[in-house]
Amino acid sequence: MTVHPFHDVAIVGVHNTVQAKKLPDHDAESIALQGAIGALADAGVAASEVDGVVGQFSSEVIVELALGARTRRPNMLGIPALVDAAALITTGQCSVVLVAAGGASLYTDRASTAPWTRPANEFVAGYGLFTAAEFALMARRHMIEHGTTPHQLATVAATIRNNGHANPEAVHFGRGPFTPEDVLESRMVADPFHLLDCAMTSEGGCGIVLASADRATDCDAPVWLLGTGSDCLGPSYTFAPAWDFRPRSDEEPAGRVGWRASRRAFATAGLGPGDVDVAELYDPFSFEIIRQLEVFGFCGAGQGGPFVEEGHISPGGRIPVTTDGGTMSFSHAGIAAQQLQRVIRGVEQLRGTCRTNQVEGAEVALCSNGGSGALFTDVLLIGKDRP
Amino acid sequence: MTFLERQPSGIPVPRPSMRAAPYWEGCKSHVLRYQRCDDCGYIGPRPFVVCGRCGASDISWKTSAGEGSLYSWTVVWRPQHPSFVVPYAPAVVAMDEGYWMMSAVVGCDVEDLRPGMRLAVEFRSVSDEVTLPYFRPV
Repeated sequence: MTVHPFHDVAIVGVHNTVQAKKLPDHDAESIALQGAIGALADAGVAASEVDGVVGQFSSEVIVELALGARTRRPNMLGIPALVDAAALITTGQCSVVLVAAGGASLYTDRASTAPWTRPANEFVAGYGLFTAAEFALMARRHMIEHGTTPHQLATVAATIRNNGHANPEAVHFGRGPFTPEDVLESRMVADPFHLLDCAMTSEGGCGIVLASADRATDCDAPVWLLGTGSDCLGPSYTFAPAWDFRPRSDEEPAGRVGWRASRRAFATAGLGPGDVDVAELYDPFSFEIIRQLEVFGFCGAGQGGPFVEEGHISPGGRIPVTTDGGTMSFSHAGIAAQQLQRVIRGVEQLRGTCRTNQVEGAEVALCSNGGSGALFTDVLLIGKDRP
Repeated sequence: MTFLERQPSGIPVPRPSMRAAPYWEGCKSHVLRYQRCDDCGYIGPRPFVVCGRCGASDISWKTSAGEGSLYSWTVVWRPQHPSFVVPYAPAVVAMDEGYWMMSAVVGCDVEDLRPGMRLAVEFRSVSDEVTLPYFRPV
């Protein structure tokens, strides 16, 4: 097999700052900077070695860390920011790249939903849409087509929330344990999503350091890029999120966004769904886990509901999912941080350093970002061993 | 109360874009418009100036009969903004002309919403500039 250039890139440092409902002493930039500094410390890499910065506050990090003239790539997403960083390394533009993100002091008007959940496009503004409603429109179609039930959705939410309940680093540590019935009894937000089917909101920052293979082999615990893919069907929240929207008849519908991304990731890695030990899936809403399990090939189309009810995504199950509590329970600071945190948790799983829900002997992790209601899905496969 | 009403004035009002001006002007005179490629018949998910399917630039605004069926919906109980009265039911309507439209269902009980139920457009002015199309069961 031809060696993919990304196979010569490793994640050498990861860090989550403290995550909390509120971080009164921080704004988004300052907590992102804390994430950056922590990631460098974790990597054992000096700031002077960083020759590129990617992400939400790339320019700000360059000046705050007094790096001097360095390569900058603004990127407000999660996994795509890491892929930008990897590309800088494989093309010889950089050898050590820092990615950081954070959110704080963004959600102040509590009478409304969080600001990043309610973009004001002309075709959605007047109908009171926000992310929960947009994603509900996708979930409803799956329920109509496949008979997926609210209890199956609630099983996902209870599983992930219990992962956070057990995790001392999660914002919602100790809030549970939860049963599916607890989820179903929580107040309705946007049918079929109850409050506990939805991501919570919080504040926090994080950072990731990537390095070339030459530099990475001097680091303590490099985790390697195996494959990646990215699917986007257009701007989020500007037109009807119809499951069957399919601009090309030879491709899968919008409801299965991520099918192409995951297949590309698996093909690059030379792996399949059966090789994945842990899935750090993005969990904006409970249904999205069911959808991703199907789209990524962990189960058949329409089988995601029964699959989760059979316990396969729980700790110790066939494919443990979102093991730190995800955006439902670990943290959801808005914009990019919570997306990068799927990869951070994947790295911790492969290093074997998770304080809770460590998947024993995990060698391959699949990490994802996005979701059908937003019309995009990004996938990253990472491995303990250099491919 | 589970009856779905149109929203009162005071909700966030769309800011019509230049590209979509014929759509919003149509709504003001209670005419529902959509764009269609003259050459291949493609209907895009949003206003367009070049046909994404065949590349033609002859795109016409057509008048919809204003009827369709309920493709998907949600019932919102936690409003996006406090000016919205709950419950409200954002919906994707499968229009008879062959495109999906973002709107909301009014004029029925929450419990009556069914996939495929027949709907017809109903207009309501929400500001001097903007009239919103809603859909009501027929």
